[in-house]
Amino acid sequence: MKLHEYQAKQVFADAGIPTPASELAESVDEVLAAAEEIGYPVAVKAQVQVGGRGKAGGIKLAEDEDEAREAAEDILGMDLKGFHVDRVLVEEAVDFTNELYVGVTMDRGEGKPVAMVSTRGGVNIEEVAEEDPDAIVREHVDPAFGMHPYQARKAVYEAGVDRAIANDVASVLQTLYTLWDDKDGADAEINPLMVTADDEVIAADAVMNIDEDALFRQPELAEMEDESAGGDDLEQKADEYGFDYVRLDGNVGIIGNGAGLVMTTLDLVDYYGGSPANFLDVGGGAKADRIANALDMVFSDDNVDSVVFNIFGGITRGDEVANGINQALEQFDEIPKPVVVRLAGTNWEEGLEILNEDLVTVEETLEDAVQRAVEYAEEVEA
Amino acid sequence: MSVLVDDDTRVIVQGITGGEGKFHAEQMIEYGTNVVAGAVPGKGGQEVHGVPVYDTVERAAREEDADASVIFVPPAFAGDAVFEALDAPIDLAVAITEGIPTQDMARVNKRLGEVDTRLIGPNCPGIITPGEAKLGILPGNIFSSGNVGLVSRSGTLTYQVVDTLNDRGMGQTTAIGIGGDPIIGTDFVDALELFEADEDTEAVVMCGEIGGEDEEEAAKYIGEYMDTPVAGFIAGRTAPPGKRMGHAGAIVSGSGTGTAESKINALNDAGVPVGDTPEEVADHIEDLL
Repeated sequence: MKLHEYQAKQVFADAGIPTPASELAESVDEVLAAAEEIGYPVAVKAQVQVGGRGKAGGIKLAEDEDEAREAAEDILGMDLKGFHVDRVLVEEAVDFTNELYVGVTMDRGEGKPVAMVSTRGGVNIEEVAEEDPDAIVREHVDPAFGMHPYQARKAVYEAGVDRAIANDVASVLQTLYTLWDDKDGADAEINPLMVTADDEVIAADAVMNIDEDALFRQPELAEMEDESAGGDDLEQKADEYGFDYVRLDGNVGIIGNGAGLVMTTLDLVDYYGGSPANFLDVGGGAKADRIANALDMVFSDDNVDSVVFNIFGGITRGDEVANGINQALEQFDEIPKPVVVRLAGTNWEEGLEILNEDLVTVEETLEDAVQRAVEYAEEVEA
Repeated sequence: MSVLVDDDTRVIVQGITGGEGKFHAEQMIEYGTNVVAGAVPGKGGQEVHGVPVYDTVERAAREEDADASVIFVPPAFAGDAVFEALDAPIDLAVAITEGIPTQDMARVNKRLGEVDTRLIGPNCPGIITPGEAKLGILPGNIFSSGNVGLVSRSGTLTYQVVDTLNDRGMGQTTAIGIGGDPIIGTDFVDALELFEADEDTEAVVMCGEIGGEDEEEAAKYIGEYMDTPVAGFIAGRTAPPGKRMGHAGAIVSGSGTGTAESKINALNDAGVPVGDTPEEVADHIEDLL
């Protein structure tokens, strides 16, 4: 779960990290009132979950009321990489002399948290990581002890941060780690951490991703989740149903159980000359209702020309799956898109007995099922 | 023969009074697994499927001389349950639970470096030595005994590959589902080491997926240290960069590693043939045996 910038900034500010004065606004009038209160110049920043907002025209500087009005009119209501902008953050424009990067994440290779500092902030840090990895200093943290102050100082000095601000930057890094740890962060980043002419450091942006699996013990953050949800209609529907779903641009709909098997089904669709329309994992132990919801999701995608069901039962039972497919399809006078079913594993024989073969095509092997679905999709396109 | 588990393995089920624990304890017992105890705080003194339940893992291990534990504990308490298993102590802990917070697993991972217990999982289907014992939720009836070792990050993909191997008459020594989470106990290299040392394992199937760099590490190990032949499969070739495909923590970083291509290349460079389909994996194993 990714927090919006304004939410992450609030979390950071509450923990004592300096952030610019800012206010959330939903209309042109609110933008002007906020700007008046904060004092010009201000930045008007679209609050949507996409990277590269600045380049896409989602962040504008305003020196006076006229410019603020223009920025607000341009940004509010705009479509930014598929996301509708209905809120902006109006923020004090900080005059800076330097931009740093600080971040904390989990290093899955090491199985340990890692804190990072770089003097090359303000640009695409992923590019820096790739082109000049040494420009980012990494300090691994023992998760049992947490980050020691000396580690924060060490990282900051190693990175070559100016001595005048080294202590303040170390303190921000230490606070960021503590926040990441306390709030079950997946990533916490400040890019840029701006340095002013007076040697103040200020978090000009704020990124906070939360481990979804830990939301049960982060009730305050879980409350922010609804507001921060994004994605297209289908992905939101998938959230409601609780599916792992990713929409792709092909035309063969794919439903299966288990991420590895579903990915393999996608790969096979591609291998046999088709193009996957989605990734949909119903998870383990899916009951009939869940299977019916999955079919509903895939049918809702206009791009889908055929559907392949690939279930290899472990916890999931073939008879439950078959009931779900029947339940979903029997409500149609005419099946909207051809459905191919492959059932294996737990109770697959019972499943095939139950399955209404007037409504679906049954194939015994994964390969045959995928090829048949690809053929159906080609027929529709032809 | 087999690795890690056989019909002598004495198994505790943590969470045996819960829905999943109860169901799968029964399945394990029916399969022939030597389930000797359950462990559930506050439920000591009860019996489930004829198995005595203890309040603590330590007590269960001591009273019943157990050496392994399978963990069916809800995610909020599962990290603690793993710690309890590590401190009991026992030789092997298998954590089935899906959705354990990553930071809990980082602390578990730190502790693993300090104890002798081996952890499999979490978020995995478990481990099975066909005809002898299964620890976890794998459907026992689809496995058959033979000379192929199998290690996989994905549960259902394991079943698919096993099914394909069986069709060609190739059974398994042991199959290990290591789980797809960002932080896991036993990884590919650990599992490959075990198979390399096992006399009866004559070839190994390794099923990986996008995300992380464990497959690349495994390729290095195979190239340098393994005599037993390995064939591979990598799921997620068609996954778009930057999208997370399900539980896998399968995030393709934009930096070239972690992609299906980089994993396949690393394996090929180590002399490991990688199948485009499960059928091709079985072809490779036939050639290698």
